[in-house]
Amino acid sequence: MSAIAAGTAARGLSKDELAARVARDIPRGAFVNLGIGLPTRISNYLTPDSGVMLHTENGMLGMGPEAHGDAVDLDLINAGKVPVTELPGASYFHHADSFAMMRGGHLDICVLGAYQVSARGDLANWHTGRPGDIPAVGGAMDLALGAKETFVMMNLLSRDGVPKLVPDCTYPLTGLRCVSRVYTDLAVFLIGDEGVAVRDLFGCTFGELADLLELTLLDRTGRQGSQ
Amino acid sequence: MVSILESLAAAVAGIPDGATVMIGGFGTAGQPVELIDALVRSGATGLTVVSNNAGNGDAGLAALIGAGRVRKMVCSFPRQADSWHFDKKYRDGEIELELVPQGNLAERIRATGAGIGAFYTPTGYGTLLAEGKEVRQIEGRDYVLEYPLRADYALVKAHRADELGNLVYRKTARNFGPIMAAAATTTVVQVQDVVPAGALDPEIIVTPCIYVDRIVRVPAPAQAPEPAGAGQ
Repeated sequence: MSAIAAGTAARGLSKDELAARVARDIPRGAFVNLGIGLPTRISNYLTPDSGVMLHTENGMLGMGPEAHGDAVDLDLINAGKVPVTELPGASYFHHADSFAMMRGGHLDICVLGAYQVSARGDLANWHTGRPGDIPAVGGAMDLALGAKETFVMMNLLSRDGVPKLVPDCTYPLTGLRCVSRVYTDLAVFLIGDEGVAVRDLFGCTFGELADLLELTLLDRTGRQGSQ
Repeated sequence: MVSILESLAAAVAGIPDGATVMIGGFGTAGQPVELIDALVRSGATGLTVVSNNAGNGDAGLAALIGAGRVRKMVCSFPRQADSWHFDKKYRDGEIELELVPQGNLAERIRATGAGIGAFYTPTGYGTLLAEGKEVRQIEGRDYVLEYPLRADYALVKAHRADELGNLVYRKTARNFGPIMAAAATTTVVQVQDVVPAGALDPEIIVTPCIYVDRIVRVPAPAQAPEPAGAGQ
């Protein structure tokens, strides 16, 4: 394990800092779906005046924060089955409409967690592929392809220190060439026709990052690399 | 013409062994727990069930699976923190699973109600869940051919019906109700109350009565609390 892998927790962004970083990049008035798990935190950093409207694939636009106490209504839940609230201007629709909205390219941004992302933007986030694991896909494959832009938010390294941004995914795929941007604790990566570019670095240098990954990286940070 | 039935047993009467049954709900929101309990009591077995999940906790769909009545599950997200009845049957090889991406599941159900023979969808292309399926490139994009899912019966929970069978739902409990109602030969709906024709504003009716065959009133349906983070 490299020195940076061992020191990730100390050096990179925390989960909340990362969520705030993604939130900053979401344009005013965008229609957005935040995946279950880590991406859900982004909603804590979207201010009401941003005009961002959240979609939840179980059939709602205009989803508000988690519900607590008397506000809990078990008919009003998000895709993670957590009770939520509705904001003024919210709407409800059935599942086929909800996924048509997604598949039809009407959502601006979807942010998902991942096991792996490949250098081409392939996504693996639904199944470990391990024998004995019961597979469950939910809306992952629809979400990966449905929005105009799919962002991934994840730690760059697994708990074992293994990079999750890889030349080719080894986990079963969710979608091909669907991820355009990867937000991680150590860097923000842009994935395009020219390859994988590094836009932001958090607590590490371009050279350290390049040493960590088995990828050719383009430096788009606008600062001097330190290789 | 809709029948308004006095008992849950009458509402699920005639569902034969081996039937394909769609069951509405996303987790427990919109799950017709009382109709499922009646289905368990009816003794019907060897069922193919189409539903987003494969049961939560010990009630409703989980009880139907636990009682060994389900031969095959067609769903998008079987494994959850509280899907132990399904998990056991699956690991013991006692239940077959057809795993379908959620949007394809919804569209395959919708296609039946809309009389669509099959459709090309980008979802799942190049993945394990599209293996062996016909693919086609249309205007530079890759698609997978998917076929409709039909059912003999649909069990649906709505909020309110009028006496003709027009339905309105509550919030995200709407989920699969409208499309399942249109995809089954016989659609059975539990509602909290039944109002006279004309008492529902025609502008807000979600499921028109043409899709509804049987209504039963369940004034105070069970709503088991969901554990947080139970999955999709």
